[in-house]
Amino acid sequence: MESINYQNFRIDAENICVDYNGKVALYDANLRLKPGQICGLVGMNGAGKTTFFNALTGFVNISKGKIRINGESVRSAQKDQTIAYVPQNEGIDSQFPISVWDVVMMGRYGSMNIFRCPRESDVQAVKDAIERVDLTDHLSTPIGNLSGGQRKRTFLARAIAQRASILLLDEPFSGVDIRTEKLISELFIQFKNEGKTILLSTHDMIHVREFCDLVLLINKTVVAYGETSEVFTPENITTTFGGISPDFLFGPES
Amino acid sequence: MELCSFLTLDSFITDPLTYDFMRKALLMSSLVAAVCGFLSSYLTLKGWALMGDAVSHSVMPGVVVAYALGLPFSLGAFFFGVGSVALIGFIKQKSRVKEDTVIGLVFTGFFALGIVLVSKIKSNIDLHSILFGSPLGISLSDVKQTIFISLLVVILLSIFRKDLMLYCFDPRHAKTVGINVFFLHYLLLTCLSLAAVVGLQSVGIILVVAMLITPGATAYLLTDKFDNMTVISVLSAIISSLIGIYVSFWFDLETGGSIVLAQTFIFLFAFLFAPRYGIFKLKKLFAGYK
Repeated sequence: MESINYQNFRIDAENICVDYNGKVALYDANLRLKPGQICGLVGMNGAGKTTFFNALTGFVNISKGKIRINGESVRSAQKDQTIAYVPQNEGIDSQFPISVWDVVMMGRYGSMNIFRCPRESDVQAVKDAIERVDLTDHLSTPIGNLSGGQRKRTFLARAIAQRASILLLDEPFSGVDIRTEKLISELFIQFKNEGKTILLSTHDMIHVREFCDLVLLINKTVVAYGETSEVFTPENITTTFGGISPDFLFGPES
Repeated sequence: MELCSFLTLDSFITDPLTYDFMRKALLMSSLVAAVCGFLSSYLTLKGWALMGDAVSHSVMPGVVVAYALGLPFSLGAFFFGVGSVALIGFIKQKSRVKEDTVIGLVFTGFFALGIVLVSKIKSNIDLHSILFGSPLGISLSDVKQTIFISLLVVILLSIFRKDLMLYCFDPRHAKTVGINVFFLHYLLLTCLSLAAVVGLQSVGIILVVAMLITPGATAYLLTDKFDNMTVISVLSAIISSLIGIYVSFWFDLETGGSIVLAQTFIFLFAFLFAPRYGIFKLKKLFAGYK
């Protein structure tokens, strides 16, 4: 009998279920991703995309199933700073009195001492990360004064500073300008070459075809999963979106 | 007090200082204000104003029971403060009633229990001083307890300053990088209960929530930096306390009410004239004259 080497998988979610006070948000969901893979997470609002992310980061507990991150538990993945979560712009309080620098520094908190005093290496990591997202001119800008795209890049920089090997991105392309979109796509290619694993949720079908090696279509559970070229078919998309055709949802150009 | 004594600012400030009870009131209220002001930045950013109201009212039966049993009142207050939050969470989870409704009904229930207990347990508890504060009549044992609790809260908040900021800002990220969010949640609640206890001596249970949210709200209008927000919040809280006590001394007004009114006026001032976020945006006005 051939044994699977779970170490090969960055993310290995097996039959996971999540329910909130008895209301099922996600059931029997599976996902396996290797280093260097980019996977798109596609589904309706309320289909369980955010829940899936929450389960992987350990923000919600799964009621059934198993999640292994690099062959280990979610808890040790948290301790090792393995996963970075890049929130949706709507998911954060943009009026919070905090600067770009401070947000990116939060990426280092997990590996600092209890007082969160930045060491030289932390400062350097933050500087480098901010440079990579091209926000060096905005180090001390409060996030409330940034554009949507700049804010998105700030949180990307936080993920970079964290040096995570898995990136979870919630709608990375929504509400961003062309420049940010281009920068994010370039970063994705770099991340891929660095062997990072990326799981991103998106509403934009073009982005799935453009960036994602794999696609996971969900509607409370997995509708289809596999290589984008094979799985991302109009039939599967229609099933995912409850019988509505992709043309109707995204316009004929997609 | 004759009105002519106001003619010199000097005597306005120094005359009350000749009284021992005034010196004590000014010192203790400033300390309490500083603690509540510190916490206030977190509560306003976390959106816990209603929670602050709930916890501060819910400590009432705890204070009464502790007095009756001869325990430190902070202990009773802490127990009921955290208990109310646990109960709110439980009822919210197990019923279809909306959260703000649950908060409202739980804290009024606790508060009513406290009032009933005061009327039943005939002791030397002064209902008026619990409800409206009595910074001028603070006893020595209360002074010791207040100093102890204040230091405890300040130390806790200082140690976990950055973690709490992260928790208020983005709890999901905190969890993802292995920071104990559960601990931070209860740490903030604990500090809230403790601050409510020390705050109620100054302004009383009914108004203590003002100490916990107004300074933070004022500071929020004045800065875009978290550290500055904390400093402004603490300073505005201390200044309000001093103004409130002096004004209540000279005009013979209720002290707790005066302190909170002073805070409200400072907030209104920021609301109207804050450089960036005020209605009149002072910065722009000045720029126009240049």
